[in-house]
Amino acid sequence: MKDNRPTNLDLFTVRFPLPALTSITHRISGVVIFVGVFVLLWLLSESLSSESGFATVQQWLSSAPVKLVVWAIVAGLLYHLFAGIKHLIMDLGYAETLEGTNAASWVVIIASAITIILTGVWIW
Amino acid sequence: MVRNVTGFGRSGLSDWLVQRVSAVVLGVYFVGLLGYIVTTPDLDYAQWQALFSSTWMRIASLLALLSLCAHAWIGMWTIYTDYFSEHLMGSKGTALRVLFQTASVLLIFVYLVWGVQILWGL
Repeated sequence: MKDNRPTNLDLFTVRFPLPALTSITHRISGVVIFVGVFVLLWLLSESLSSESGFATVQQWLSSAPVKLVVWAIVAGLLYHLFAGIKHLIMDLGYAETLEGTNAASWVVIIASAITIILTGVWIW
Repeated sequence: MVRNVTGFGRSGLSDWLVQRVSAVVLGVYFVGLLGYIVTTPDLDYAQWQALFSSTWMRIASLLALLSLCAHAWIGMWTIYTDYFSEHLMGSKGTALRVLFQTASVLLIFVYLVWGVQILWGL
């Protein structure tokens, strides 16, 4: 393979169609989850440590900032899940046309918006 | 040109497949665990502890943890090689890429050891 293949990946000069926006959000949510796992492991570790550790986590989860952080991580997970399912469906050869991928992107946005809002209602 | 020396399995096709298989494992684990928590509003310590000390849950959790490590490695590699690249940033791109990839692998290792300790320290 040639080392000097021509490329134009100047991301600031291209317009982003909807599937590109859902794709970059998929990546951003992945980074959020990657960092968020630290918080989730911390909560898991403390909650499993002892009876009082479990109570401590319950207490943490009743404070607004912790609720917000957990909600953000779960929101990232939900979005990443739906966008990932779209990816797997496209791997199977479906929704690869312009109309198909646009429609699938809308499904991802709507499905994750609904579940993220429901999660927010459930947390508060 | 993107080289695959910092990839997960030394081959793009291998990374592609590992990314998909680990994604399915993580998706099933996340939906299952979230479903359990949502449908168990009066969850107490005894139930929670019993869940995570059962053999089947340890198998599922360790599988999910290993999947997370591979999935995060490949995902982060994909992001770094796309944006911290030579033609976007010049030689600075390579330095940033190596720095971030190393930091990510370190964090992944911390997650792995910490996760195993949580699961088996019960």
